Amino acid sequence: MSILRRRKASETEKASKEDTHKETKYKGVEDEKKDKISKRKVEEKKKKWSCIDSCCWLIGCICSIGWFLLFLYNAMPASFPQYVTEAINGPLPDPPGVKLQKEGLTVKHPVVFVPGIVTGGLELWEGHQCADGLFRKRLWGGTFGEVYKRPLCWVEHMSLDNETGLDPSGIRVRPVPGLVAADYFAPGYFVWAVLIANLARIGYEEKTMYMAAYDWRLSFQNTEVRDHTLSRIKSNIELMVATNGGRKVVVIPHSMGVLYFLHFMKWVEAPAPMGGGGGSDWCAKHIKAVMNIGGPFLGVPKAVSGLFSAEAKDIAVARAIAPVFLDKDVFGLQALQHFMQMTRTWDSTMSMIPKGGDTIWGNMDWSPEEGYACNPQRQRNNETQVAGQSGTEGLSYPKRVNYGRIISFGKEVAEEHSSKIERMDFWDAVKGNNLGNTTCRDVWTEYHDMGWGGIKAVGDYKAYTAGSILDLLHFVAPKMMKRGDAHFSYGIAENLDDPKYNHYKYWSNPLETKLPNAPDMEIYSMYGVGIPTERAYIYKLTPAAECYIPFQIDTSAEGENEGSRLKGGVFSVDGDETVPVLSAGFMCAKAWRGKSRFNPSGIRTFIREYDHAPPVNLLEGRGTQSGAHVDIMGNFALIEDIIRVAAGATGEELGGDRVYSDIFKGLGSLILWETVDGVSEEDMHFSLLPGLGEMNKLI
Amino acid sequence: MSMLRRRKASEIEQTSNLGDRKEIESKFDGNEKEKEKEKVKKKKKKWSCINSCCWFIGCICSIWWFLLFLYNAMPASIPQYVTEAITGPLPDPPGVKLQKEGLRAKHPVVFVPGIVTGGLELWEGHQCADGLFRKRLWGGTFGEVYKRPLCWVEHMSLDNETGLDPPGIRVRPVPGLVAADYFAPGYFVWAVLIANLARIGYEEKTMYMASYDWRLSFQNTEVRDQTLSRIKSNIELMVATNGGKKVVVIPHSMGVLYFLHFMKWVESPAPMGGGGGSDWCAKHIKAVMNIGGPFLGAPKAVSGLFSSEARDIAVARAIAPGVLDKDVFGFQTLQHVMRMTRTWDSTMSMIPKGGDTIWGTLDWSPEEGYNCGPKKQRSNDTQVPDHNNTESLDCQVKSVNYGRIISFGKDVAKAHSSKIERIDFRGAVKGNSLANMTCHDVWIEYHDMGWGGIKAVADYKVYTAGSILDLLHFVAPKMMKRGGAQFSYGIADNLDDPKYKHYKYWSNPLETKLPYAPDMEIYSMYGVGIPTERAYVYKLNPAAECCIPFQIDTSAEDENAGSCLKGGVFSVDGDETVPVLSAGFMCAKAWRGKTRFNPSGIRTFIREYDHAPPANLLEGRGTQSGAHVDIMGNFALIEDIIRVAAGATGEELGGDQVYSDIFKWSEKINLQL
Repeated sequence: MSILRRRKASETEKASKEDTHKETKYKGVEDEKKDKISKRKVEEKKKKWSCIDSCCWLIGCICSIGWFLLFLYNAMPASFPQYVTEAINGPLPDPPGVKLQKEGLTVKHPVVFVPGIVTGGLELWEGHQCADGLFRKRLWGGTFGEVYKRPLCWVEHMSLDNETGLDPSGIRVRPVPGLVAADYFAPGYFVWAVLIANLARIGYEEKTMYMAAYDWRLSFQNTEVRDHTLSRIKSNIELMVATNGGRKVVVIPHSMGVLYFLHFMKWVEAPAPMGGGGGSDWCAKHIKAVMNIGGPFLGVPKAVSGLFSAEAKDIAVARAIAPVFLDKDVFGLQALQHFMQMTRTWDSTMSMIPKGGDTIWGNMDWSPEEGYACNPQRQRNNETQVAGQSGTEGLSYPKRVNYGRIISFGKEVAEEHSSKIERMDFWDAVKGNNLGNTTCRDVWTEYHDMGWGGIKAVGDYKAYTAGSILDLLHFVAPKMMKRGDAHFSYGIAENLDDPKYNHYKYWSNPLETKLPNAPDMEIYSMYGVGIPTERAYIYKLTPAAECYIPFQIDTSAEGENEGSRLKGGVFSVDGDETVPVLSAGFMCAKAWRGKSRFNPSGIRTFIREYDHAPPVNLLEGRGTQSGAHVDIMGNFALIEDIIRVAAGATGEELGGDRVYSDIFKGLGSLILWETVDGVSEEDMHFSLLPGLGEMNKLI
Repeated sequence: MSMLRRRKASEIEQTSNLGDRKEIESKFDGNEKEKEKEKVKKKKKKWSCINSCCWFIGCICSIWWFLLFLYNAMPASIPQYVTEAITGPLPDPPGVKLQKEGLRAKHPVVFVPGIVTGGLELWEGHQCADGLFRKRLWGGTFGEVYKRPLCWVEHMSLDNETGLDPPGIRVRPVPGLVAADYFAPGYFVWAVLIANLARIGYEEKTMYMASYDWRLSFQNTEVRDQTLSRIKSNIELMVATNGGKKVVVIPHSMGVLYFLHFMKWVESPAPMGGGGGSDWCAKHIKAVMNIGGPFLGAPKAVSGLFSSEARDIAVARAIAPGVLDKDVFGFQTLQHVMRMTRTWDSTMSMIPKGGDTIWGTLDWSPEEGYNCGPKKQRSNDTQVPDHNNTESLDCQVKSVNYGRIISFGKDVAKAHSSKIERIDFRGAVKGNSLANMTCHDVWIEYHDMGWGGIKAVADYKVYTAGSILDLLHFVAPKMMKRGGAQFSYGIADNLDDPKYKHYKYWSNPLETKLPYAPDMEIYSMYGVGIPTERAYVYKLNPAAECCIPFQIDTSAEDENAGSCLKGGVFSVDGDETVPVLSAGFMCAKAWRGKTRFNPSGIRTFIREYDHAPPANLLEGRGTQSGAHVDIMGNFALIEDIIRVAAGATGEELGGDQVYSDIFKWSEKINLQL
């Protein structure tokens, strides 16, 4: 400070010295001229105002203004943003909690939240030297400050052991417990907070709400092995039922939590030690309804691209949070590899690989969604809840898309008829010619073990359907899939009474388990529609495959016409941006409807779709009518449905199904095999053909 | 910005004009150097005040941002480096030390926090509390106390009649370890213990914070929040998932009484109790390690309730001295605080229990002869204080009548009982309401009492532990009516009397039996060596209009240095809040061996920790503190807890560890066992 001031003074001093010299020259001149001179002097002074001074002024001003704004922000009344929003947008509608409180609804059934993947916070309990001072601080969730401060340390601590899928030695990262685990993912980015706040309006509080937080990196059964999480959930549900006068709980799983809770329902019935020993009527006694939000019952194609090349457009929200971290290469060109290495140690990601194989997801030439148009938002009739038939007629012009080919190498391959594609089997390809050279050592991914031969072979197979995707993953990531095989299964059961289905690896696959015997229970499938959702990918081999992941989505592949479903190498379909309608709705729309072999006690199922409407302007934040995978948690209509059920309503009282998409129609072709029980899978394909023909005629 | 710059320029212009003129005048002097100097001086003066201010503000703000940036960029280990560089290498924290010894997590642990240390958050509030949903009202930064104090008081108060929520307001305890790990940022409560336990392998699944709403009476936490059921269920779960290993319970402060209540509750049949059966404790609890437990109450609670003047009811005052000591609300701070605290039933759980038998009569008290002088010389080798000191005490110091918990006037406190004339206050007519218009908004029960009642209270002159109850009933009938339904302060003659099945006796160790659990252990761990409030000298407040009519007479001081009377407060050995007598008596005497209070002979251990203040500021709150809350960071205590949690028994710890006269004092108490 004092230095600055002094320099200043001496500068002005110098300046005035020069001036005085000039002054002496013009001494005898009249006053009028003096004015001009003084003007000129001012100009000169301005020039002398040096760069350093300006900089200092600027910094000072910015800092002061910063503090001032911070102060204002803190002193601002909390209702201020609302005033502003209301002043611009007109009065907001009452949030559903307030509205329903006025209707007289009060707390009745305790609620259990089951968060999904990535949305739950994780904190450090034991770490290496580099994580000093982070004890009980959030590594995942919150501000993610540590990602930027010490990225490699962070990756090391977030990874699990590559062999066991459990903690690496010397590192313990544990889920944050309680409602704070997933109310906000990052400051200002709500997940459950809006729902919690609305439930609180009608009287809910900590004793009637329970966040079943779990370590979402682990396979489901391992959460019990390591943390006793399933036992904890069971005990808490029992406690809540007991302390609330025997009123059963309403369970609200979101995203992967849906699969986790499927696993829980089987676990709790199974005898100890593998299961919870609750007996076959535990669910009937303790659960009123399961209200699945955006559930990937049958997996999501995004999980495939995530595992295959760590390139899912946004595996949930991770990329939205740290775009700099993931897209640019802060580690020096290896960000994606680090990310891949980390995510591949997370067993849970494998729970979302598409299930049911070609029967569900389609084969080379057929898929249940074919004919879907991706025009910017179809015209929908708002009066009727079922999609108007007029829209479907307009579908004739877009060319059929082979959604069944989840991964194709090259755009031509994706669009050609199956008979024209020459495929080379990759199974026998020799792995070898190790690609890893010294520069890649520190970022080990399994691709380096594969060698060029293996990579070439994968590319030569050209097209992969849901069934062959599994083979592909086994080929490119054998270690990961070995762990995955022990915890997850992706098939369709032919005989559900087969004793092998007592193993826990089948519990999270709805196609290989029966629902519990709980005829009074209700299952809802609630999800957003109206957003293009990844369904199939066009890949290419990376030319410079030295240190890179050798496969990449071919972002140059674009469809011709505007209504095309191909954009940036991704075929999309209706859904909530992450989960396609097929995966979220099929079980409740079809496989569990009525009494089926998957649902022997006839649990009632309801489909509740929420049409996506983007927020009108920035002030609305993430909108109150969003249908996006995570933002739907702030959708007023969905919250209202949940509150009504929690306050005692049944699915019929809500109005039964509420459908905007083609979920029932698209599955029409699957009716045939569904009614014929016990036919082999190949027969099913044949029996599909008539249905397909009908569909073509319709189009 | 641009304005400033412009003004600047024109100023310089002016000054240079002035300078020019001078230049012309004195041009022929030839002595240019001197002139230049002169000019420089002038320029400096012209550097106007506004400019300096702007510069100053700018610099401060910039430096602040810079420091903030540095702080954020600083590696976490720097404070430790600094401390080590100055005070020499620190000893390993106990967790690290014991981890090296090979100790591993064994028994799950349950923490039971005390009063005021647990966080409370808002779930439903009035208009004025907009935007505070699920924000902490209690704990954290206490930002709202400053921003909207009256709103805060309104939301923190409970209903005056029921002791439950007022209509339209729901304030609930924060659950989980975060409830009480830090009370305020940087002010640890359980955090140090948790961190050390984590070193030997503890984590969320083996640690449970039994947080409860500490404002409610103990049974009401079950009625409103089902907290007791929750604790029971969680302990059962932890035992089941940890291979049947029993839990170690660690209650602190009022949590000690809460857990006594829990142990009776869990055994009692439903609906009043938890229906766990008489062997529940034997099956689920390995040890109860009470830290600073006010088993028999604390005198501080009396002054707190009587005039809300306890020096520091735990930490509340330490946190918000500005609010409580100065009068930001316009002279009514204390009244507001009193009105608020009087709605909290839990404060009544700490009124001294056991009456005159425990706390002393007018002329006798168990602690008489205690020397309050500068710390006694203690020989470090023997754990029991040597006896030559105690002999000298009686002759030097006049014995203090600790039994007189409240005296009106210093003379009364010292005079012999026969010389005190007391007028019974119980018959006094209340009336002549003091409340006038100005006091309406801060209603406290004193305004109903009238001047007659207040006079009568003062005329009774001296109150012992027994008559304190009558006093409180007289001055605060509504509060004590609630309290009477929830707590009891007597000594049971016959513990088998069926009336003792009522929950109001459950938190009083003198009116309950310990559970039948011969393998269980009970520890009493507390700090000693700090003067602790034990009795008070009161005076009538002269300006009694809107104020609380009674005040501690802070002018009452003793002459000699070794006096126990300071600022109107007689003090005794303890941990600053709980006197040794209250913390140690049960484990030292009433529960020792098989007694009627402890029929199954649960082993008890006294672990005292001698207070040593932190050597310098860098040590923070010290690693050898014995103060009520700071003891949670005492390395010796943490080590004891970790050893027990890892499987050690009380004998393996070394049995009793005693610095005070607790055994001697306990002997003096004539209680039938």
